[in-house]
Amino acid sequence: MLLETLVHDIVIVGGGAAGLRAAIAAAEVSDRLSIALVSKVYPMRSHTVSAEGGAAAAMAADDSTELHAFDTIRGSDWLADQDAVEAFVAEAPDEIVRLEHWGCPWSREPDGTIAVRAFGGMSVNRTVFAADKTGFHLLHTLFQTSLKYEGIVRYDEFFVTRLLVEEGRCSGVAAMDLRDSEVRCIAGKAVILCTGGAGRIFPFTTNGAINTGDGMALAYRAGVPLKDMEFVQYHPTGLPGTGILMTEASRGEGGYLFNNQGRRFLEDYIPSKMELGPRDILSRAIIQEFEKGHGFDGPDGQYVHLDISHLGEETIDEKLFFLRELARNFIGIDPVHEPIPVRPVVHYMMGGVDTDLLGRTRLAGLHAAGETACVSMNGANRLGSNSLTECLVFGARVGRQAAEEALEAAEPSENPLAELAEVEQDRLVQTYLADRDGERIATIRKDLQTAMERGAGVFRTEESLKTAVEEVRGLRERYESVAIDDRDRAFNTELVTALELDNMLDVAEAVVRSGLERRESRGSHTRRDHPDRDDERYLRHSLAFSTPEGAKIDYIDATITQWPPAERTY
Amino acid sequence: METQPVGEVLANSEDRRAGASGKITVTIRIRRFNPELRGQESWWDEFTIDTDPDDRLLDALHQVKWYQDGTLALRRSCAHGVCGSDAMLINGQNRLACKVIVKDVAPKVTVEPIRGLPVLKDLIVDMEPFFAGYEAMLPYLINDEGEPRRERLQSPEERHRFDDTTKCILCAACTTSCPIFWGDDEYVGPAAIVNAHRFIYDSRDRGGRERLQMLGERTGVFRCRTTFNCTEACPRGIEVTKAIQDVKRSILFDRF
Repeated sequence: MLLETLVHDIVIVGGGAAGLRAAIAAAEVSDRLSIALVSKVYPMRSHTVSAEGGAAAAMAADDSTELHAFDTIRGSDWLADQDAVEAFVAEAPDEIVRLEHWGCPWSREPDGTIAVRAFGGMSVNRTVFAADKTGFHLLHTLFQTSLKYEGIVRYDEFFVTRLLVEEGRCSGVAAMDLRDSEVRCIAGKAVILCTGGAGRIFPFTTNGAINTGDGMALAYRAGVPLKDMEFVQYHPTGLPGTGILMTEASRGEGGYLFNNQGRRFLEDYIPSKMELGPRDILSRAIIQEFEKGHGFDGPDGQYVHLDISHLGEETIDEKLFFLRELARNFIGIDPVHEPIPVRPVVHYMMGGVDTDLLGRTRLAGLHAAGETACVSMNGANRLGSNSLTECLVFGARVGRQAAEEALEAAEPSENPLAELAEVEQDRLVQTYLADRDGERIATIRKDLQTAMERGAGVFRTEESLKTAVEEVRGLRERYESVAIDDRDRAFNTELVTALELDNMLDVAEAVVRSGLERRESRGSHTRRDHPDRDDERYLRHSLAFSTPEGAKIDYIDATITQWPPAERTY
Repeated sequence: METQPVGEVLANSEDRRAGASGKITVTIRIRRFNPELRGQESWWDEFTIDTDPDDRLLDALHQVKWYQDGTLALRRSCAHGVCGSDAMLINGQNRLACKVIVKDVAPKVTVEPIRGLPVLKDLIVDMEPFFAGYEAMLPYLINDEGEPRRERLQSPEERHRFDDTTKCILCAACTTSCPIFWGDDEYVGPAAIVNAHRFIYDSRDRGGRERLQMLGERTGVFRCRTTFNCTEACPRGIEVTKAIQDVKRSILFDRF
């Protein structure tokens, strides 16, 4: 008997900011559309919830979309596609206002308008915020608003394991219901991937346990290239040990970074911006301070001090309340009185599923938005607070686009899809739930994270990346014999973890392969052996294609409109 | 052996554990449940691990799951107290496993699923009844007056009025610590009221009267017996009982 097919018009994978925004946008196009929102966690658990500092949009009187575009392009080290950036900055303010209309509790100026704060790499105050839990409030507002639309049907705690591609078109997903581990066939005329990033391929990250690159791996295996995967953002200020983020808003509000000499060392690196420099430059500066012996020594390696004590308790409690809570709870330090130990920590993937400005991929029917996607508006380095807004702008765009496609397209044929889903169900049972001995998930994953950190950290070399490519290949072989304890059908979270590791291995391979082939330094990708930017060869996006021999790297030109490449100076 | 030169190596918590310095031994007693194994009977398992005293209890549970018993089932996501996934009954109190530091509960800690919702497996409960109560409160901004081109103005004071109840992470720690909720499956519970409060007192919202009417009914706020369990349980420090009292007063005096 064939699996039952759950038929919708649009299937969205992931319930964070991009996925929810896409769902609402599609529902607003037509109330005739049935929109499946499939997520491995309840939507409000998505990683958007952890974003703290804010969302950028040219809202203030002294700001302009041109200036926002220029800051973003300079921040990207000229690799951003400038048409994508132009669309982004133009639509950003309306998205912020829309969220306000939906109830987002933005922090306010005394006159009642939405407040803005300073952020790294932005030349004026343009980051709107809701205290220092902006992502939390934005996510909850989107989730709440999504409840108003009957067309949005949620599949909470369903893990998508495969895209269903029939006659060259992506027409649905195979999704495992975590309650009983049964694979369901969820069909739609358009599929949108919004599964966030893949920070978990590194050991030390701000990313939650769920950020395992699922959507990237799904697309990659279906033949869609991953773009610019070598660009991994280190946030300069995470707590040593846990990697918990100390928001950039702490520096936006006036916080300082000190080395063990008691100096604001950034005057040696970026004196015009100091603590408000872009993240790639600050993260490199901190590592270089460590190499000079100017870091403090701690049980989790070296760190520098983030000091906000001079801001005073009142400002800290009003603007940085959550940061204070985190520091007190997790390291027992009250930043009102003491500096916070911080160090660079993996935070964000600039790269992702290759899409156009409407979120379409090269595979008909398949779309992506948010951190999963690479439009590219972030190029080689994203500016802080651009990503929440990216989820809104490009989430809305892809939602409208998918709606238009779904209204025009023919119904997908159910039977071939159900057969594909059934094949997937058999694969999962035979591969993971059969009795067998093998290696634990945890040891393979730990070795993967170590290999990534060593080979593809803040500073990279030909040698380090080559080694990492070999190590990741070896780990892929070890994964073939992975074994799990849990044979149950109810909430087999170990099976989910095994499938997540499968995804992480694919994403990691794309990162190190792309990094090896880019023999220049640009934005977050810093090669000690190729310290300069090389526009002649590399003003191009990398594309990693999955092949039986591993990732194959190709390139496409970056789109330049109004801002010719220039030296990135601050 | 690694070759030089390579990228820098950052420390991480698993390496730190392996470093053997200053570790402590903790015994974790976990109430287990698995409908496929032992029917409707729950049982206790004990695990002993060596851990960093500053680790989170969630890290310790992960250590059990990754290295001792892969069948242990729990929910988690952000691991720093804002996504709301990992509320558990820890030494008899509802808390988030990611906000409990191991040294504060060592050498022995008891972990159970939160109470009042059906257990599905180990520490995972059925959240659907909880979310049904939340959704019944119309937890979204209601305003049919037409959207202005710009933002609706809201003073910092107006914004402050509902600030406390915007903090709810929907972890269910409050609702599942409420003795009324345990005994009366029609009572919407504190989290639903907190989320109604968040909109009732938002100057932009026009659905307050509708929500107050619902909360004035038998299943609503007057079920509350002011035991303050919810306030004590809230990992975000929301004054839940006060919010419930605000709503009671608004119903009684028809003013909000």
